[in-house]
Amino acid sequence: MKLLFLKPRSRLSILLSIIVTGPLVIQPSMAQDTGDHTYSSEAILAGLGVYNRQCALCHGPNGSSIDGINLSQGVFRTVVTDDDLRAVIADGSAAGRMPSFLLSTDEMIGIVAYIRAGFDPEGIGASGIGDPARGKLLFEGKGECADCHRVNGVGPRTAPDLSNIGAIRSPTSLQRNIVDPATALLPINRPVRLVTRNEETILGRRLNEDSYSVQIIDSNEKLRSVRKSDLVTYEIGDAPSKQPTTLASDEVADVVAYLLTLRGLQ
Amino acid sequence: MKIFNSLVLSASSALVVFLGASSSAQVSYEQILNAANAPENWLTYNGGYSAQRYSALDQITTTNVDNLQLKWTLQNQVFGAWQSNPIIVDGVMYVTERPNTVMAVDAVDGRVFWKYRHIPAENAVVCCGANNRGVAILGDMVYMGTLDARLIAIDRVNGQPLWNVEVGDVDLAYSVTMAPLVVKDKVIVGVGGGEYGIRGYVIAFDALTGEEVWKTYTIPGPGEANHDSWEGDDWEHGGAPVWITGSFDPELNLTYWGVGNPGPDWNAGQRPGDNLYSDSAIALDADTGELKWYFQFTPNDAYDYDSVQVPVLADMVWRGTPKKVMMWANRNGYFYVLDRVNGEFLEGKPYVTVNWSSGLDENGRPIQTPQPEGMPTYPGNQGGTNWYPPSYSPRTGLFYFTAWEGYASIYRPEESEYVPGQAFYGGGFSVLAPAPDAPTIRIGRTNPINAWTNEVGYTSVKAMDPQTGEAVWSFEQFDVSDSGILTTGSDLLFTGGREGHFHAIDARNGDLLWKLGLGGQIVMAPVTYMVDGIQYVSVISGNSLSTFALRNQ
Repeated sequence: MKLLFLKPRSRLSILLSIIVTGPLVIQPSMAQDTGDHTYSSEAILAGLGVYNRQCALCHGPNGSSIDGINLSQGVFRTVVTDDDLRAVIADGSAAGRMPSFLLSTDEMIGIVAYIRAGFDPEGIGASGIGDPARGKLLFEGKGECADCHRVNGVGPRTAPDLSNIGAIRSPTSLQRNIVDPATALLPINRPVRLVTRNEETILGRRLNEDSYSVQIIDSNEKLRSVRKSDLVTYEIGDAPSKQPTTLASDEVADVVAYLLTLRGLQ
Repeated sequence: MKIFNSLVLSASSALVVFLGASSSAQVSYEQILNAANAPENWLTYNGGYSAQRYSALDQITTTNVDNLQLKWTLQNQVFGAWQSNPIIVDGVMYVTERPNTVMAVDAVDGRVFWKYRHIPAENAVVCCGANNRGVAILGDMVYMGTLDARLIAIDRVNGQPLWNVEVGDVDLAYSVTMAPLVVKDKVIVGVGGGEYGIRGYVIAFDALTGEEVWKTYTIPGPGEANHDSWEGDDWEHGGAPVWITGSFDPELNLTYWGVGNPGPDWNAGQRPGDNLYSDSAIALDADTGELKWYFQFTPNDAYDYDSVQVPVLADMVWRGTPKKVMMWANRNGYFYVLDRVNGEFLEGKPYVTVNWSSGLDENGRPIQTPQPEGMPTYPGNQGGTNWYPPSYSPRTGLFYFTAWEGYASIYRPEESEYVPGQAFYGGGFSVLAPAPDAPTIRIGRTNPINAWTNEVGYTSVKAMDPQTGEAVWSFEQFDVSDSGILTTGSDLLFTGGREGHFHAIDARNGDLLWKLGLGGQIVMAPVTYMVDGIQYVSVISGNSLSTFALRNQ
């Protein structure tokens, strides 16, 4: 038995996102949910620093590395209010697995703001720039997004479903995906081409992979689990299947604004 | 009624005689010394004092290994990475589960005899999970270190605690996650807390009474040699924890320990100097704790390159000369061979991509090449390898360990103020990913979906030839692995990985001989033992401890 193993592709350059400063207002729905109301942009940015220093080690860059918790989406095990959040940070939780952190008042205000702002200092501002309604029309028409992407049960499944994309991606990331998809594509979403020993060619997109098998959704929208030992060819595309958009920048802003409204099944 | 009781008693006595599965014979120091000659037991965390994790058992072979069959499974009742390494004595397995519970388990059928649960103090803190990696045994006692920095002796027959002593100050974030090491009449442990500004040490207790016998700091105090490798009061909270079980050479009477990172972790500029003995191998006199030698792998470390790897000992003819060597694949990406008599550097070569250093000088000291701000450092924060126990097979002469390839981090050093008992990181890091917002490798794996892919890092189990410092084969996995290695007298190598596959590999050439998907991450090293003539192999995957033997046995 010989293990078929594919070398990772050459590493792409890293794009560092630029933090946009400016007046920000928390989304009304979020403020209502949390009972607290406004977080200043300064606090959110300060919180970003606190988060990277103190929290990211365990919670991960997106706040989703601990089971049952997704900090950027407001999914917690026990926390409901901001007071709960402060208590967990100050006192620790989960029988010592979450240690206690001694933060200054400003740091505490910042980290709570950062978490409540969905890890997204610039996001709320960006959603105010474009027009979501125009963005929806562009998404479904001229932008050709809906040719591959599915939203709320409508559209093909070959590209990732975007029904909750506004909850899991920052505006910067969404914009980059539209304008320069090659540098923004997540590795798992690279198009793959498999040829089996039976000479069947399978095109699709990966959902999961390990040393011995790969799980894909193929171009016919079928879930396929393929053993690598059954393959004669396994190609992972360097480039995404989509090209950089030809939309104008204000149109891109509209599409981003629309995407930010897509927050999954409420 | 009386007659009924005595019938039951005689029936169970008969069972004891026939199955021999609940022996209460004491475990002597001599037995541990000779562990290699009695492979039916697995007596220490690392399988014996030389820490080779090599068992002479050879019933399971390269040709019959595909007849392995699951014999029993024990489910953990506590979620979280299960890093524990069982020990097995006369058919009884002693294994810990989070946070600080010991179980005595029938090694033949997985039924539990007793369970002792210690609940750590509420203010116990650890950086990276409520881990416990197992117990030590001597006489009638098993010994467990705890998250709240205590050492507890437990009656190995009935599970009752016999003594419970303080190892370190829980208020200052000292902890014990490692399995203790018994040497002669002492129980030796190190302390964790390298992310909280502790001052690390190794400490020995009288095995019978729990009385402290010696304590050796891993950061020298004022007046001690190498104190000047620190400035000001940095030494008082400079980290240098010891959180993985060491090894012991009875002829030299030296115990060997790997020392962890200096604190704060990522801001080396805040603690000028070499920061001895952080990131070092240290040799301590087994009776007195006196430091006999040290070798520092990463002076003034800025990358969290704990040198907590297991010091693996072997006697070999090394490049024509008989040597008592120590083999060490370090978290910093270099593989080292040291003379364990005096700590002399014999060989050191990178085994993965390394860019924090351009090489080692003739004394093994790295020539440091820090990367510009925002640029990736190889290997990344979790290292080229880490605490995952390696193995050395005297049959193949090869040293086997788990390496992470293609894995890098971008560091962000920042000034950190030391506050007792609080996190003392000195900045942070992110894992290099191919696109912004892409998922990356975390400290452990709890997701069955690998959305980060091998572009962020992958496993290479390496078979290193200590004569050359070059790997003779490597076995790759798509995800990274925190699993240790077991080798056997039939040239089998067992290991796991985060994907949950349990692999049997030919130790001579790296061929995959058998595998089984167990479903959860394997973050310990498999062990093997024999009861009533049957060889078993045990491995922990996710929340299950599974034990295998050949079909029809």
